[in-house]
Amino acid sequence: MEVEFRLPSLGADMEAATLTHWLKKPGDAVHRGEAIAVVETDKGLIDIECFEDGVVSALTVEPGTRIPVGTVLARLASETAPAVPAPAAPISAAPPSPPPLVKPAAPAGPAPATAATVPGRAHISPAARRRAVELGVSLEELQGQGGVDIIHIEDVERVAALSKASSSDPRAAMRIAIGNAMTRAKREIPHYYLQQAVDVSPTREWLSAHNAKLPVAKRLLEGLLIVKAVAMAAARSAEFNGYFRNGRFESAVSVHVGTAIALRGGGLVAPALLDADKKDLQTLMQEFSDLVSRVRAGHMRSSEFAAATITVTSLGDEGADSLYPIINPPQVAIVGAGCIAPQPWVHEGAVMIRPVLSLTLAADHRVTDGRSGSRFLKMIGELLATPDKL
Amino acid sequence: MRMTYREAAREGLRAALRADPRVFLMGEDIGHYGGCYAVTKGLLQEFGPERIRDTPLSESAFVGAGIGAAIGGLRPIVEIMTVNFSLLALDQILNNAATLCHMSGGQVNVPLVIRMATGAGRQLAAQHSHSLEGWYTHIPGLRVVAPATIDDARFMLATSLASPDPVLLFEHIFLYNIEGDLSDRLEAVDIEHAVIRRPGRDVLLITYGGSLHKCLAAAEQLAAEGVEAEVLDLRTLRPLDDVTIMEAVRRTHRVVVIDEGWRSGSLAAEITTRIVEQAFYELDAPVARVCTAEVPIPYPKHLEDAALPSVARIIEAVRGVLARGGSA
Repeated sequence: MEVEFRLPSLGADMEAATLTHWLKKPGDAVHRGEAIAVVETDKGLIDIECFEDGVVSALTVEPGTRIPVGTVLARLASETAPAVPAPAAPISAAPPSPPPLVKPAAPAGPAPATAATVPGRAHISPAARRRAVELGVSLEELQGQGGVDIIHIEDVERVAALSKASSSDPRAAMRIAIGNAMTRAKREIPHYYLQQAVDVSPTREWLSAHNAKLPVAKRLLEGLLIVKAVAMAAARSAEFNGYFRNGRFESAVSVHVGTAIALRGGGLVAPALLDADKKDLQTLMQEFSDLVSRVRAGHMRSSEFAAATITVTSLGDEGADSLYPIINPPQVAIVGAGCIAPQPWVHEGAVMIRPVLSLTLAADHRVTDGRSGSRFLKMIGELLATPDKL
Repeated sequence: MRMTYREAAREGLRAALRADPRVFLMGEDIGHYGGCYAVTKGLLQEFGPERIRDTPLSESAFVGAGIGAAIGGLRPIVEIMTVNFSLLALDQILNNAATLCHMSGGQVNVPLVIRMATGAGRQLAAQHSHSLEGWYTHIPGLRVVAPATIDDARFMLATSLASPDPVLLFEHIFLYNIEGDLSDRLEAVDIEHAVIRRPGRDVLLITYGGSLHKCLAAAEQLAAEGVEAEVLDLRTLRPLDDVTIMEAVRRTHRVVVIDEGWRSGSLAAEITTRIVEQAFYELDAPVARVCTAEVPIPYPKHLEDAALPSVARIIEAVRGVLARGGSA
């Protein structure tokens, strides 16, 4: 059996990418999770992973080509059946052919991009269609937009601005990409906010004792404990972990915690620490260090990019006391951690000076209410206060 | 000069009577009573019974007489109390006034002006409140105009009288009491062109007559929310000024048509169709319509209000066409 490998959407605001180079050639065996190609997006270079086991039968896109989400990149012969020779029509820099109207055979793994597999005619306003022709924006690029039901002139102009900016200035493109995602979040998601101060002295004591035994390279960061606490709380609170898509909430089976990482020179990305609730702190720390260095070098994996089911954003030691973050759609919750600072704190009836962390939760009111949000936030605080259980 | 719409209409009539001895007024209760909406009040005393003529209660008879007078060389201005009663004269209007020029091979023009009150909002119940001007826009051979401002109320009559063909002039009953300034320097208005009453870039409100002021009020409220609505006053309902309409569609890409007629087979339907025919690729959202509920206009105030286009319904329709994603 032959399956098509399509360019997945690596975020709600990703519409297209440029294929940089192939990591595989026809005849190579590939395994699920293995990187098959490198593409350049507004957020940097990303290794695109394969969702199937199989043998590459054809590569259908040439390096250097800008391709919309949903474009067939390669054909794979799955190992269960002999390959059917497919008419290889390599895509060059010319505009891609329109997507098939009939839903293609779904891959066995998770669908890489919803937009590419939805059949039927796109709802694009007449004026937007004409503007798209004028600006040279393909309908596939427009359809690659997640979560937009009807495409208007404004969307066409945004996509055109994005491709123009990304070809000239990647930083500007990232600014636009962040702007698009956050505008969508503020427009569509009814956010509610909760704040909770947490005395983190037990966490600090545990952490110093723990780190004292370790070489510098392996020491845990305070922020990582917050990530782990959020992951464990999310695993127990399904309604904060998942996606709001097509008008309803789908809770996620796994907990992938997006960690907002600021880039040198501006911008930020939030790649995911996969299955963060199930991994021990040491493993997470190693993965986190690896992630930060790869992200800053501009080299993320596609599974990390789009997978986050909830996000944590932290201002670090020099940040403001609290932050009120914006949800990264289609997720439904984001936890913010302010700077940990000595504060007057009532402990057993006496005022003491304690290191206090301000935790905030922004959550989607379409899915949860303040009451469950409050339980969720307190749970994170309690987990942080019992670090030996993290 | 500040005046009401009613006074402006009366000034238009006085000016016409003074300017041309062939002009005379004819209708039910327009003389001694001063007109059912008091537009002709005082004109009998000023111009005498030869030129301000009270007629018997027969719309067919006095409209027919008006057609005869026009053919005979006079310039009659016939008043029909409300458009509801004009149906009694429909045979004269359609089969004679609108048709004779065509049937005579251009030999017989009918330079007749018929004024009618139209519309609802004064609790006059179903037989006095309908907006049937849209029906008349169906008829070739007629020109249909709807002054909605003080200036148009003052000056559209003269332009209508100058037309060699019959003109129906609709005055919305809600407008009579509105007050405004008459432009000092204006001496005439055309009856060819629609006019943009308020410019805006986000959405186009197309309307006429009594709904114009609701649209302007809605645009004002929308502006406070950052939505710039352009308001187009059709002024002439037949023939429609397609050029001005399509230019405005090209500027805004989103359209709401506001028409106090019923939705089915309405003037709003005609305008919407023309936009789809002539400016389809300019549309960024489906065209929306705000029309009167498809019931005979109710007498009770709250039901009458609920049946008619309102500022709130206009704003709601605007939000609908501006909504991200829209309704597919």
